[in-house]
Amino acid sequence: MKMRDIAAAVNGEVLCGAGRLDEEVDYAFASDLMSDVLTIKTNDFLLITGLANVQSVRTAEMSDVEYILFVRGKDVTEEMTGLAEDNGMVVIRTDYSMFKTSGILYGAGLKPVY
Amino acid sequence: MRLEYDVTAGDFTRAGNASSAIKKTLKQLGVSPAVIKRVVVAVYEAEVNIVAHSYGGHITAEVAPEGISVVLADTGPGIPDVQKAMQKGFSTASKEVREMGFGAGMGLPNIQENADDLKIETEVGRGTTLTIYIKF
Ligand SMILES: Nc1ncnc2c1ncn2[C@@H]1O[C@H](COP(=O)(O)OP(=O)(O)OP(=O)(O)O)[C@@H](O)[C@H]1O
Ligand SMILES: [Mg+2]
Repeated sequence: MKMRDIAAAVNGEVLCGAGRLDEEVDYAFASDLMSDVLTIKTNDFLLITGLANVQSVRTAEMSDVEYILFVRGKDVTEEMTGLAEDNGMVVIRTDYSMFKTSGILYGAGLKPVY
Repeated sequence: MRLEYDVTAGDFTRAGNASSAIKKTLKQLGVSPAVIKRVVVAVYEAEVNIVAHSYGGHITAEVAPEGISVVLADTGPGIPDVQKAMQKGFSTASKEVREMGFGAGMGLPNIQENADDLKIETEVGRGTTLTIYIKF
């Protein structure tokens, strides 16, 4: 699924990486637990999280994850987008809940990591 | 090559700085991305543990042509029962730590899984030292 279509499906706002919206991602993983994210062996997935702090971006950096979707309309600070930009990530924010976001994207064809 | 970093307890905005610097160095050295990910995930979990559970510590990474050895030493409460701490799901993390997205009790088992060798030395009331070795 193209990042552009993911953003549109959840009525999301692109905060970072607007030039890379034509990139495709096939898998997603939704969690607020960073140690959970760090157990995923692959890195080609969209991280869906309601945890909006520097550590969620850090965790993506450590996992080589390039696509983050923040749910529940959480505030994304400049420090976070700065770190995301440094690491060449695409960051999207939506007001939708984790459940609604995951449901929509699953229905649209994004596959679970496991 | 030797890299050294101080880690401040409780400072979650800076947690990961050392792991991030190690990642950049390994990338420059041309280490394979899959190995870098294992190193960085293990070191990051251990770095966050120093921030979350200790009074502060120091990280020393020794990079050799055949692999990397990272020593993470802290002063702190130590781990009373290492076997228990190694179990998935065991955590004594505070509410503050959980709010930062940590405290699932997955860190130590994940370090074990990513490392080729892991040594944990700990003394209650004094501190903990992890030595992580990963082959290139
Ligand atoms: N450096 C340390 N000093 C003191 N206690 C520690 C240290 N590292 C780990 N522990 C103890 O071992 C437990 C398990 O650690 P582990 O990293 O597996 O989980 P966690 O840090 O609680 O949660 P997570 O890593 O999933 O965010 C911790 O909750 C803590 O009680
Ligand atoms: Mg931990």
